[in-house]
Amino acid sequence: MRYLPLQDGDRAAMLARIGAGSIDDLFVDVPEAARFEGPIADLPMHAPEMAVERQLAGLARRNLAAGEAPFFLGAGAYRHHIPASVDHLIQRGEFLTSYTPYQPEIAQGTLQALFEFQTQVARLLGCDVANASMYDGSTACWEAIGMARRITRRGKAILSGGLHPHYVSVCKTMARFTGDQLATGVPRLDGTAEQEIARLIAAIDGETSCVVVQNPDILGRVADLSELAEACHAKGALLVAVVTEPVSLGLIRSHGEMGADIVAGEGQSIGVGLNFGGPYVGLFATRERYVRQMPGRLAGETVDAAGKRGFVLTLSTREQHIRREKATSNICTNSGLCALAFSIHLTLLGEAGLRRLASLNHARTVTAAERLAALPDVERVADPFFNEFTLRLPKPSRPIVRAMAARGVLGGVSLGRLYPGQSALETGLVVAVTETVSDEDIAALADALGEALS
Amino acid sequence: MSINASGWKPNIGDGQGDHERPSFTGNRALMLEEPLIFEIGDTERTGVDLADAPAANAVDRLGALLRSAPIGLPGLTEPETVRHYTRLSRQNYAIDLGLFPLGSCTMKHNPRLNEKMARLPGFADLHPLTPIEQCQGALALIHLVGEWLKALTNMPAIAMSPKAGAHGELCGLLAIRAAHEARERAGGAARRTVLVPESAHGTNPATAAFCGYAVESIPATGDGRVDLAALKAKLGPDIAAVMITNPNTCGLFERDMIAIADAVHAAGAYLYCDGANFNAIVGRVRPGDLGIDAMHINLHKTFSTPHGGGGPGAGPVVFSQALAPFAPLPFVEKQGDRFVLVEEETAQAEHHGDAFGRMVAFHGQMGMFVRAAAYMLSHGADGLRQVAEDAVLAANYVLRSLEDVLEAPFAASGPCMHEALFSDEGLADGFSTLDIAKALIDEGFHPMTMYFPLVVHGAMLIEPTETESRATLDQFIGALRSVAERGKAGDPTLQQAPIHAPRRRLDETLAARKPVLVWREQPDAAVAAE
Repeated sequence: MRYLPLQDGDRAAMLARIGAGSIDDLFVDVPEAARFEGPIADLPMHAPEMAVERQLAGLARRNLAAGEAPFFLGAGAYRHHIPASVDHLIQRGEFLTSYTPYQPEIAQGTLQALFEFQTQVARLLGCDVANASMYDGSTACWEAIGMARRITRRGKAILSGGLHPHYVSVCKTMARFTGDQLATGVPRLDGTAEQEIARLIAAIDGETSCVVVQNPDILGRVADLSELAEACHAKGALLVAVVTEPVSLGLIRSHGEMGADIVAGEGQSIGVGLNFGGPYVGLFATRERYVRQMPGRLAGETVDAAGKRGFVLTLSTREQHIRREKATSNICTNSGLCALAFSIHLTLLGEAGLRRLASLNHARTVTAAERLAALPDVERVADPFFNEFTLRLPKPSRPIVRAMAARGVLGGVSLGRLYPGQSALETGLVVAVTETVSDEDIAALADALGEALS
Repeated sequence: MSINASGWKPNIGDGQGDHERPSFTGNRALMLEEPLIFEIGDTERTGVDLADAPAANAVDRLGALLRSAPIGLPGLTEPETVRHYTRLSRQNYAIDLGLFPLGSCTMKHNPRLNEKMARLPGFADLHPLTPIEQCQGALALIHLVGEWLKALTNMPAIAMSPKAGAHGELCGLLAIRAAHEARERAGGAARRTVLVPESAHGTNPATAAFCGYAVESIPATGDGRVDLAALKAKLGPDIAAVMITNPNTCGLFERDMIAIADAVHAAGAYLYCDGANFNAIVGRVRPGDLGIDAMHINLHKTFSTPHGGGGPGAGPVVFSQALAPFAPLPFVEKQGDRFVLVEEETAQAEHHGDAFGRMVAFHGQMGMFVRAAAYMLSHGADGLRQVAEDAVLAANYVLRSLEDVLEAPFAASGPCMHEALFSDEGLADGFSTLDIAKALIDEGFHPMTMYFPLVVHGAMLIEPTETESRATLDQFIGALRSVAERGKAGDPTLQQAPIHAPRRRLDETLAARKPVLVWREQPDAAVAAE
């Protein structure tokens, strides 16, 4: 077998050195009742590369890839063009096939890249410090709520109706077991982001650990969080800001700048592909004074025995392998390689490139929004927006999305799918427009939507 | 705007301890020093050609939300970027370079076919909210991997969404807690404690505590296993679950596992198995036959998906019949020839009455599922069994080849599984496991896991995996023998190691005492000196 270097002669010689008569002698500690002789049901015998490729390519062909269709899906995962060098560099074996940098003398590549990543993330989100990544945006969001509980010693979190419903679901799952109280809501197609913020401000009380608000929100709306931050701080609560589209930060003010204490984000849209939902990369940033309550790995600068600058994993007394049941989180493996992809893509863009990319996204989106809102009985409900907006259709959006997909247009995410059972939202269609969308794509969407509605 | 107008100034130290004259650049031939992007890039430079910025009126509607202050993100052109990261990569050790025997981490070869398959556009360029009819192939793949994992473990149910091993542990414990809560609603008493062996991974007690449980530890026997009598003495109406790693972190199979499971179940608790070490038994032992209730499977260990410098991993969890109803959303279900994604909480009642909600935003680590599928198809049922056998053979070969020079605390109790455990006993005064590990770096190997498990003094946990040739194993054994002999003889040069790595020993105390976690512009040293 091509992945196994040992040959039968090697195996015999090794057994002889060990003093074992057969390989079975090495498994004597397995209780007899549990010794499995096979075969394993349904799993075929070994196969050559070509056969494996054929089988998996067959499954891949049964999916409609984003690049094969006019594509407008977002709602937490975004399609941007990723420069070819990003994927080439993360496939360097020294990055791809190394592990968590426990031996810093031979892991400076990973450690320096993580230190650079932390700095980029902190600056992008407008915070003092960032960690070396979380699993994804939704788990980062939950960890932020847990961190706010530890800092404020309060157990009641208020979640904005604009927070991605899957993130809300993750938080509800966890809160059920940790005992945190969550006040949740759903977005309103007839409301504004400002009205939602006013509702949140009114709900803050002396028991509130944090308010969690997504910006841009699930409908694509962008809001100023400054007033909300002040209201949180006045009551001793923290503002947790969530971002699922970090490209937006090339154009709009950062969450940290608007007063957020913890920013949790999904970094997928910079450097990481859609991957049907994973792997992605969670971003996590906060104020310097809260760093010891932060979850996850941290790379830090130090010097070696000869005085040269170097990097190590640090503040590990927060972590499970040292603190065990007293750790700030149970996270161990995070999303290192996706963090590297994020960092490389952001380095290629640079500040000027990111700003231009964000402007392009916004301009394309304005074009698409105007075109689609001109369709009969179609109304755009969210404003202002960055690269994603919501339409109210004259009928439920879920069958419309399916009808458009059946004719080869991936025309948006139905709020009916995101909020099953919420009849007030069932006509909502969330449309994301990035730099990858052409004028022809916009025309194709307008045609498909118009036809599906007629 | 330039972030670093004064240019990159290498800090090459005073050369103390170096035997050769420092070079002008600080470089040593192929070993190239590389500054930070903040020291070489600037905010106007870019490696991406984009269309011209749109007319200003397009952004007018954002008004006061527009970002005006500088962000401070340096850019590099493509050649500079490629060189920066290529140079950084060369300061890393990796499986592609040599033996990486980090115990309990299963650093095996990462097949490149996996990478190729994961990048097929039908998988890599597929949005998680693609309408169900347009992602049937992806759902079929998730289902297929799930079915194979269930077959390999002989367990009836699986949750595919957990993102890593520790996340899988969380999933398993949440299901256990949900099952107990269901019993409590039927009048059962609350259970508040989880038992964890002393030798467990730190994630085990951290996870149990996260789920709201008190954690108590179970002592080990003299031969490195769970003390069954001590465990039985601790079992009682307050115990919710017992978390066992099998094979355990001493590299040994828990011989009493079936008796442990029986005792745990008799006490009304559930048995969680940490499946980090599944590589030792895949195809030869199905954990379901041992009586476990839940186990996570690290696809980045047993199923060869790359570790990536610390993730992403994937940690699907298999469940027994008793816990199956409590697995999380979403999950893939086969209905006739069609696959559906059960993701709506309102659908729970129809399919899965006691499911708890989502653990992640979407459906788990699809990219890792594709890689694991490619690996499983490549090895097949026959090859996976050979994987376990070769992994165990290699570890025993290391154990028996070195037990005369390094103290192997459990070697007398019989064979080990996939990893060989040694202690620091017998090293000269003032010499430690750390010295042995750092000296292995100079020999061109990644060190073993150090100081874990905690039950052995100065533990050295060596997991060679099945993807090493006998010649590589022999070279490693020779190198470790040489280093161990130096340690026993008290060779002071050992305490200087490593001397050939990109860096000498790093000051971790300084890093923790004065944390520098982000780069900040330094005052210009030259100006300050004037």
